[in-house]
Amino acid sequence: MNLLEVKHLKKHYETHIAVDDVSFEIQQGSIFGLLGPNGAGKTTLLRMITGIFYPDEGQILFNGQKFDPENDVQHIGYMPEERGLYKKMMVGEQTLYLAQLKGLSRKDAVQKIKYWFDKFDINSWYNKRVDELSKGMQQKVQFISTILHQPKLLILDEPFSGLDPINSNLIKQEIFNLSQQGTTIIFSTHRMEQVEEICDHIMLINKGHKILDGSVKQIQQDFKQGLFKIGLGTMPNPAQMATYHFNIVQTHDKAFTVKMNEDSSTNDILLHFIRQDIPVTYFEEILPSINEVFITQVQQTENSNTPVAALPLA
Amino acid sequence: MEKIWLIIKREFFTRVRKKSFLITTLLVPLAFAAMIIVPILLSTSSSEHKLIAVVDKSGLFENKFPDSKGVYFKYVQDQPIDSLKLHYSELGYEGVLYIPDFDISRPSGFEFYSSGQASITIENSINKDINSIIEKKRMELRGIDQSKMDEIRSDVEVTFKNGKDEKKGSSWVAYGVGYASGFIIYFVLLLFGTSVMRGVMEEKVSRIAEVMISSVKPFQLMMGKITGIAAVGLLQFFIWGVLITAIYSLIPLFFSPESVQAAAAQGNPAQTAEMIHKMRDVVGSINWALLVPCFVLYFLGGYLFYSALYAAIGSLVNEDASDVQQLTIPVTVPIIIGIMIMMKAVQDPGSSLAVWGSIIPFTSPMVMMARLPYGVPGTVPYWQLGLSFVCLIGGFLLTTWMAGRIYRTGILMYGKKITLKEAMKWVVRKQ
Repeated sequence: MNLLEVKHLKKHYETHIAVDDVSFEIQQGSIFGLLGPNGAGKTTLLRMITGIFYPDEGQILFNGQKFDPENDVQHIGYMPEERGLYKKMMVGEQTLYLAQLKGLSRKDAVQKIKYWFDKFDINSWYNKRVDELSKGMQQKVQFISTILHQPKLLILDEPFSGLDPINSNLIKQEIFNLSQQGTTIIFSTHRMEQVEEICDHIMLINKGHKILDGSVKQIQQDFKQGLFKIGLGTMPNPAQMATYHFNIVQTHDKAFTVKMNEDSSTNDILLHFIRQDIPVTYFEEILPSINEVFITQVQQTENSNTPVAALPLA
Repeated sequence: MEKIWLIIKREFFTRVRKKSFLITTLLVPLAFAAMIIVPILLSTSSSEHKLIAVVDKSGLFENKFPDSKGVYFKYVQDQPIDSLKLHYSELGYEGVLYIPDFDISRPSGFEFYSSGQASITIENSINKDINSIIEKKRMELRGIDQSKMDEIRSDVEVTFKNGKDEKKGSSWVAYGVGYASGFIIYFVLLLFGTSVMRGVMEEKVSRIAEVMISSVKPFQLMMGKITGIAAVGLLQFFIWGVLITAIYSLIPLFFSPESVQAAAAQGNPAQTAEMIHKMRDVVGSINWALLVPCFVLYFLGGYLFYSALYAAIGSLVNEDASDVQQLTIPVTVPIIIGIMIMMKAVQDPGSSLAVWGSIIPFTSPMVMMARLPYGVPGTVPYWQLGLSFVCLIGGFLLTTWMAGRIYRTGILMYGKKITLKEAMKWVVRKQ
């Protein structure tokens, strides 16, 4: 079931189009990565999903119903990229206030705050002012106040920026936990290694257009370039490498990265070495990292200025 | 609705719990009390007296100067003025008054020597005394009898009554009350308006605005803030009212009636008695039952009118705080024009400037409060009061609507500098 469906969403500002005809859907309980360079329209898109902006055109369906910002915001938790808390307020008071604004009763909120403060071991901060905390500590408080009301949809814009590895892991673990409990998560970031690690599904946008959309595995499959790494027991001489099945891209110590020709198969490559009695120690397909896909796709759209459909490069 | 209530509560309590709130709330009545108590204390413990040496060559003034207000005169005939001029302070005198042997028809050559500039009080009283002594002497010379002169003198004062019930009134009281309430409203508009603006700026700069607006509507956030701060203002006024009344009623307990009298006698006793009498008439002449509710309404109306605009301005400001000055000008200038019209209106409440100033909502809270003490419906007809209210209510509905539209865009706009022209476009464009 899709928790969120976005159909032909458009939003333009006075001088430019921030989001141009973007459609996608997010399955309940999945972790959805929203990627794009700076100024791609990510924040505008997220602000429309959180009810901060009204779309000029298009439709948002939340939980199968037409999105109603007034009521549906209770089920959304949003942590914007630029964090913000009332600096002069006490940590406890602040989280209580934000939770109540999301519709929790005072009693409920107090209980939940206690649970999360215990879990993150930050009970001693309860009566500290926010501006007495370090940036990383504030981030933790911000994260807790975003998830206190158990949102169905959790939107995290760069959730790990400014966190040390230990706290990053802590938050990452919580993201997985929440996802397992059925929370749908939109995760917006520039850091691609996190995307590969965390997201089930990603969407790449640039200049307001959707460039590609799919599961991480699928995208890697779509963009693979027929590259393989083959490990050999002995280094063959150049004459032994000549074949129409592949070209050498890179030579390593007792290994080669090769690009397979279109009408060849992996077995052709293996047979080429086996027939010459060169021992193969390993053979693996090299899939493009999301980072590479991101960079090439963004560069392509920068150059062509028209959206490129999700076609394999090759 | 519940959310806006939460916002109001937060805005209210974060401000009320601040030390600065406690200090200003207590300090103002204390300053007020000090204004009353200090003169009383000074007069009861007044040990200071000044001795002035009088060298009288004419012989007309011997023992004629009345001693008053701690100033005493001593007639020194045995010392030449030149040596006295040099040594008066060693002899314990504050100054030396030199009266030459003058021609009664053309008196001149009177001089006063002191180390520093003589005080205005001394200057005035010496001038007055010398002139009245010369006048008396001249009357004597022309054969005019002092007692006849006193009989001739007239001291009539017209009693001003107004309205159908012929209430005794005094333009001075109306002036004072009008001026004070107009001025208080002026301060309220500036002070609380800026407070709203700062609150909005804080939310924008600390980036909490985006988090907030993902939970509540921008308009709720803005109105919650405005209402919360209004509640702080009302509470403060209420506490001031209670404390000032309490201090007033407690003063007689701390001081004996004589000492209060003494304080009053600092001025001309007869005048003071008259003033007290007048004050009673005046306090009675003001229709407090009308004035107090009107004050609250104009306070709230004017505050809502302007604070919405201040909120909109606050939402336009970026990290660069120097923008504030420039952006607030269009809001501050009408308030200043208002106080200027108020100062005119309080002198001439019937003038067309005053009438229009009290109807147009930009200035009406200040100007109308200056006119109201002069009487309704005598000076301010009911239709003017009604029209003024309607305009003010319409005005603040309009400003809050406009401000709401600017605010919801401005509060999330970071980075680039926003001009007022741009902001006005947000008001009219479809959202």
